[in-house]
Amino acid sequence: MTDFSDAISNALALVFGLDAALTEIVGLSLRVSLTAVAIAAAIGMPVGALLALYRFRGRFFLVVSMNALMGLPPVVVGLIVYLLLSRAGPFGVFGLLFTPTAMIIAQVLLVTPIIAALTRQVIEDLWVEYEEQMRSLGAGPGRAMPALLWDGRFTLITAILAGFGRATAEVGAVMIVGGNIDHVTRVMTTSIALEVSKGNLALALGLGIILLVLSAGINGAAYMIQHETRRWHA
Amino acid sequence: MIRHLLTATLMALVFSTPPLAAAEKYITLVGTTSTDNSGLYDEILPLFTAKTGIRVRVVSVGTGRAINIAKNGDADVLLVHHRKSEDTFVAEGYGVRRHDVMYNDFIIIGPENDPANIWGLKSVVDGLVQIASTRNFFVSRGDDSGTHKKELSIWKLAGIDPAKSSGQWYREAGAGMGATLNTASAMPAYTLSDRGTWLKFENRGGLRLLAENDPLLLNPYGVILINPKRHPHVKAKMGQAFIDWITGAEGQAAIAAYRIKGRQAFFPNARK
Amino acid sequence: MNALAPGPVSASSILPLELDGVCFEAGGTRLIKDVSWRFGADLRTVVIGPNGAGKSLLLRLCHGLIKPSQGHVRWQNEANPARHQAMVFQRPVMLRRSVAANVDYALKLRHVPRRQRTDIIDRVLHETGLKRLADQPARVLSIGEQQKLALARAWALKPQVLFLDEPTASLDPAATHGVEEIIAAIHAQGTRIIMTTHDLGQARRMADEVLFINRGRILEAAPAKAFFEKPKNDLAQAFVRGELLWWNKGRDNRKNQPGLQT
Repeated sequence: MTDFSDAISNALALVFGLDAALTEIVGLSLRVSLTAVAIAAAIGMPVGALLALYRFRGRFFLVVSMNALMGLPPVVVGLIVYLLLSRAGPFGVFGLLFTPTAMIIAQVLLVTPIIAALTRQVIEDLWVEYEEQMRSLGAGPGRAMPALLWDGRFTLITAILAGFGRATAEVGAVMIVGGNIDHVTRVMTTSIALEVSKGNLALALGLGIILLVLSAGINGAAYMIQHETRRWHA
Repeated sequence: MIRHLLTATLMALVFSTPPLAAAEKYITLVGTTSTDNSGLYDEILPLFTAKTGIRVRVVSVGTGRAINIAKNGDADVLLVHHRKSEDTFVAEGYGVRRHDVMYNDFIIIGPENDPANIWGLKSVVDGLVQIASTRNFFVSRGDDSGTHKKELSIWKLAGIDPAKSSGQWYREAGAGMGATLNTASAMPAYTLSDRGTWLKFENRGGLRLLAENDPLLLNPYGVILINPKRHPHVKAKMGQAFIDWITGAEGQAAIAAYRIKGRQAFFPNARK
Repeated sequence: MNALAPGPVSASSILPLELDGVCFEAGGTRLIKDVSWRFGADLRTVVIGPNGAGKSLLLRLCHGLIKPSQGHVRWQNEANPARHQAMVFQRPVMLRRSVAANVDYALKLRHVPRRQRTDIIDRVLHETGLKRLADQPARVLSIGEQQKLALARAWALKPQVLFLDEPTASLDPAATHGVEEIIAAIHAQGTRIIMTTHDLGQARRMADEVLFINRGRILEAAPAKAFFEKPKNDLAQAFVRGELLWWNKGRDNRKNQPGLQT
């Protein structure tokens, strides 16, 4: 029990002391995860929409694989990206290993399936409702896609937040491809892992609480925005 | 309104991280978690950077993985503590040359009440024999690290194959030193640890030091420059500068000066 | 030609529409059986019949939303007949944006230049009584207002033919009246109306010609006056009298008369 109270006082001390190391770590965590989510959305939403709107050979398997990829363990993704980016690997020449860029790449791979799968579901449901009217107006699936994405925006934001949650919470991928290098690739989750491995459980828990509060803050803000605009739009 | 506030906050936080200067001089050192967790690098590396302007980026993993990373050429310098692996590494052409750097020692940690009664035994081999015969819990790193390989070598000398009892009194954690100590603390169990990690470890629970100073428990470290002939992109000059420094007077003195809770943690032993 | 003038682009008419032996099958069942008809210009055609008769399917076949399994749907000037048609459905489908933006979307799809769009939107919203709601989110409107918006949207496209599938089935009497007025106005400006309904009163009010459909076949087709005064077909007669054919399926002796088997 002392661990918990120590954890809370640790967390408060770090936050209110505006600990420089903490700010750096939090900043990097956000930079990596937000960038990854932005890229994942840019890829995942069109892919999801395409899967929703078009029928083609192999679509079934593609949908099933995409849904399965949502459950891919981060450490496996990390391993795959490591093998790709290692100097001994196909893309080693870029020297991306142990940099934030490698971490972003790994997280893009983790988050894109989630966003794509959820987008597919949203767009599919919307198309069932809209198809006849859209076709009557002269918009086939291709032309209708942007309007569908916009109309589904509330659920799609939730999908993006789900992706963001997965990105900020994972430690397996960023640890392997980032190396948890101090001041370079150390993020919240790898810091927590490090402190646990050092036996500094209270500090680790404190960092965990900060991560939780951060995540809650972002989700809360997004929900409020959704709520306000949704009320207006019905 | 809220939307703007949120965007502004996020932007501020994200851009508060200083961008990595493309021209920053650095080398990548791949080493073991035990060394990093002891806090040695935090203490001595800034001295090197101050002198040469070269930053050292430390990637800390288990010894097996460190060697793997070094073989792939994903780092510039390798610093681990398993002589046999280091020699093979150089012999196979992955490394230029192995240099002595420092040593510390391993210790046996165990439950406060010492149920296997190993306290006072001069020979660590006898200690492990006793733990095995009384079937008391022993947690192994189980991760192919330097510590793990040392542990296995002692079992071998004792003529015991602990893998046969894996899952019973012998528990293989497959984890770093800190995590293994956490597990040992929770069970409680015996385990082999390097002294540096133990001195820094905060979650001792019901554990205490029960065996030390057997010559078998010596833990020497070696530093190797990854072979630029094998991996042309390796920063050979800067890497060598680091090796020269850490095996030179300044680096060695810095290592000797490092204290954990008042005790010297590492003993420099580079040869001139 | 003034682009703001009401009425369809008269450049080339896509009417008459000819249905030639049109059949439609789904799930192994023939739902539309050998329908042939010629929709000439200017009239308001109302397609009536019991539920499940195939009225909605027929409309969709005409509009091109589904393809016939046999037979042909032929418009004059085949180049791009869809461009000169619009359809309003029983339940209005609105995008999650403002009333004006919904109309704007339809116009943008047709590549109408921006300057013209604003004026057109203004006009149709005014004519349908929705001007004051222009900036409201479309989805908060009542269903009656949304249906008027659907009509406004269709009207903005200046269609030569407007299809309506039971447009007032979900509305209360007041909204129904409003919608009928708008349809009349659209027709007055030159748009051909083809609509379905199961509301007899509405058919009487709105039809110039009537197509009576049951079980996928046109059983009777006649000018409205003739049809309502003296329908020739038995079922049509029963229907006009207000008898509920579809509830009595199989139990009504009348339906088992020879010649009516399909």
